Amino acid sequence: MSPRPGFVLDVDRSTPPTLFWHGERFSLEKLPEGSRVIYAPEPIDPLKDPSAAIRAALTHPVGDQDPLPEQLRPGMQLTIAFDDISLPLPPMERPDIRQLVIEQVLDMAAEAGVDDVALIVALALHRRMTEPELRHALGDRIYDAFAPNGLLTQHDAEDPDALVHLGQTEEGEDVEINKRAAESDLLVYVNINLVAMDGGHKSVATGLSSYKSLRHHHNPQTMQQSRSFMDQHRSELHSSNWRMGRLIAESGVKVFQIETTLNNDTFPTAFKFLQKREWEWKAKDRLGYLAASKALDRTPPRYARQIFHSVKAPHRMTSVQAGEVEAVHKLTTDNVWAQQGVVVEGQTDILTMGLPYISPYNVNSVLNPILVACLGLGYLFNMYRGKPLVREGGVLIMTHPTPWEFNPVHHPSYIDFFEQVLSQTTDPIEVADRFEESFATDPWYIHLYRTGHAYHGVHPFYMWYWCAHALQHLGAVIIVGGDPAAVHRLGFRAASTLADALEMAADVVGPSPSLTHLHAPPILMADVQ
Amino acid sequence: MKALVFERNIARFAASRVASVFGSGRGAGIGPLQLLDATAPELPAEDWFRLRPLLSGICGSDLATLDGRSSRYFEDMVSFPFVPGHEVVGVLDDGGLDHAGRRLEPGTRAVIEPVLGCAPRHILPPCPQCSQGHTGLCGNIAFGALEPGLQTGFCTDTGGGWSTAPLVAHRSQLHAVPDALSDEDAVIVEPTACAVHAVLSAGIAPDDLVAVLGAGTLGLATVAALDRISRPDTGCTVMVGAKHPHQRELAATLGADTVVSPDQLARAIRRQAGSLVLAGRLTGGADVVFDCVGSSESLAQALSMVRPRGKVVLVGMPGKVAVDLAPLWHRELTLVGAYAYGDERPTSGTTPRRTFELALEVVADAGLGSLVSAAYPLERYEEAIAHAGAAGRRGAVKVVFDLRKPKGSIR
Repeated sequence: MSPRPGFVLDVDRSTPPTLFWHGERFSLEKLPEGSRVIYAPEPIDPLKDPSAAIRAALTHPVGDQDPLPEQLRPGMQLTIAFDDISLPLPPMERPDIRQLVIEQVLDMAAEAGVDDVALIVALALHRRMTEPELRHALGDRIYDAFAPNGLLTQHDAEDPDALVHLGQTEEGEDVEINKRAAESDLLVYVNINLVAMDGGHKSVATGLSSYKSLRHHHNPQTMQQSRSFMDQHRSELHSSNWRMGRLIAESGVKVFQIETTLNNDTFPTAFKFLQKREWEWKAKDRLGYLAASKALDRTPPRYARQIFHSVKAPHRMTSVQAGEVEAVHKLTTDNVWAQQGVVVEGQTDILTMGLPYISPYNVNSVLNPILVACLGLGYLFNMYRGKPLVREGGVLIMTHPTPWEFNPVHHPSYIDFFEQVLSQTTDPIEVADRFEESFATDPWYIHLYRTGHAYHGVHPFYMWYWCAHALQHLGAVIIVGGDPAAVHRLGFRAASTLADALEMAADVVGPSPSLTHLHAPPILMADVQ
Repeated sequence: MKALVFERNIARFAASRVASVFGSGRGAGIGPLQLLDATAPELPAEDWFRLRPLLSGICGSDLATLDGRSSRYFEDMVSFPFVPGHEVVGVLDDGGLDHAGRRLEPGTRAVIEPVLGCAPRHILPPCPQCSQGHTGLCGNIAFGALEPGLQTGFCTDTGGGWSTAPLVAHRSQLHAVPDALSDEDAVIVEPTACAVHAVLSAGIAPDDLVAVLGAGTLGLATVAALDRISRPDTGCTVMVGAKHPHQRELAATLGADTVVSPDQLARAIRRQAGSLVLAGRLTGGADVVFDCVGSSESLAQALSMVRPRGKVVLVGMPGKVAVDLAPLWHRELTLVGAYAYGDERPTSGTTPRRTFELALEVVADAGLGSLVSAAYPLERYEEAIAHAGAAGRRGAVKVVFDLRKPKGSIR
């Protein structure tokens, strides 16, 4: 039976309660009659033979590129860059796609007699990956072959000796990227394209760049002009990256782009009910829900967090394409949409969403309040094409405990941002003007980024800028069940129940509002007509 | 007339100490303090005045004494029984000349500079410290014509502010209160003088980063003094760690550039100073830290956030503290106390002025009378002292006794 497409349910009297994520917990909420619930398409069929598909992609590239084996020769310098821990979500069961792809690239390089091969984690200003995380992404064989020899490195955006300035775009944007990658005879970039935003020229222009480059598109103005940044053609974020990517190509950097897509089979068997439609739950699903929710209710949050972060997703590869960046990315985007797209008729007054425990920036960590905001307003709000799911001036209601809690190893600058910046202003433009540079150049954050596992000092700013479009668009943001102090620090409103939140929302949007619930994860993209 | 009298009574002292385990000021009713009938002390000499208290504050050092938490260091510097109350504004019963030879008429409102140095004790020649105007450092506070007592409010001969009966004050102790100042303003002058002295003794340099730990009366007065005395010449940046929301609001109003909770202060200073972190402390940090709490924790925190060769100024009265002094040694830090007042030179080369004169100006300019949060009659001293002991938690700053009416007033 072929997988069913996405679906918009009209809630009526017989509709069972709807599942809402609440961090490391979940609940069932009865939505008002007339509400809509948007469900993701079911997982599409994976590639039957991923290894064969990868080999076919590498030997039959798209766009103006020769097959990879023909580009490999003895004496050349080859660099393989790959996406970091932020993808995919949740981390996938072994073998990770990166391992599958890179193993084949390395086999071809070996066959061609290429000796000078280096692997680089394209982490931009994200935290460095740990050894277990790298082993998970690459497999032990690759890790053991490269890491001990210093041939597996993590991009260091603060090492001036490891960066090269390639010039400025016609818009005056600096393009500064990893020197080894830029000066190699061939740069192979291995992507996992979880959402439509990922990949394309953004891979190299962002993943291997420095603050000097990133600041040109990671800023509030760009984000406000990206409607949304999941829609490349209406995204200033992408326009800037595309200008940079073309300059990188014109500078002589030869990029062989490999992009992969996944199906949205997000949860293992024990949690399968989380990706099913509630009215189709069978006894096993109801039991699973009851057992999981009761157990989680009795589990301290930090242990519940550990449990969830140990969950590996059964994602399977649905496509792989390789070759010239733009040609590859067009195919990839189509494949992402095939899995995630849902047509939705019209906007809503109130958009609800249950926020899970994970976002791209807290793998193996706590979803701190800034990341809560970013997940809801930055990511899920922007999962649209056409126009936002919620109308201008509408209300976004999110459910999440939003604890005033930070991982001091991963997110040191987030703590200061929350305490010292958001306490003074939540306006993204003012935040940028007054505070960004001092955080970006803070030597302590730079030290922790370079030597520990800390996100760069400027990273919380980017998370806040991610919210800029939603903050500009929405009439109010309400968090249900959050720590009121943390919620208020974000500039949002706190409600103890969904019913309270709906009453509060009615004060903003008027009585009898329309309501739509985004039933994610699994990830979906709303094509709002 | 009534007065609260502190007597030497070991059993009551022990009971008070036990009660204070449940919170500062909780043992007032069972401790050595008693409300008794009182009369004005005898005038020790012709150059003394009777001062009828109007308002008298409850200070942290008073609470430490009542709780039995004071250092035994002070044991020989008090004489029993005594009437507490060294933060006093009152009205003079007598006329005469003040310390500067100015005529004070009966009925004049005045604040007292409570240190009982060589001049009140009629010791001639004065000790080296008093002769240089550093009366707070007087070496004769247990000698001369008066019984031991480092200040009015700790000396059996002078009386104190917690009384409807007059206390006696030497002319060198008196400062007339300008008409523009309210009684509430005036009762804050003494702690403000402590803050002014601390600020001026710290030697704030241009563009210094200054941290203030604690935002009770002393901390807030320190912020006001920094803003009005140091900042105009130095452009210093003032960052404050304040535990309670009302304290944070007041600190910001009084001129702090940054106000955060105490646990956030080190991070805020690190950001401001562009410092790294090593062994749990800042490698750079604030140039000067004012510890307005005086606990082991606050001192350790102060030492962890001051830059190498920086200065930590103890403004709050400490008792016995346990603190690791390795960073003080390794980083060549200066740890100094700032006690009381005397003569000050706000800018080099200027004529010395009494700390109290400067404090009167700071209080007037900053409107520090607003720090008075509650006023109690003497009869409700147990409530008053418990309120003062929990001032921060209860949204208060300064709790005072109101002695203006027989029954006092309650705010």
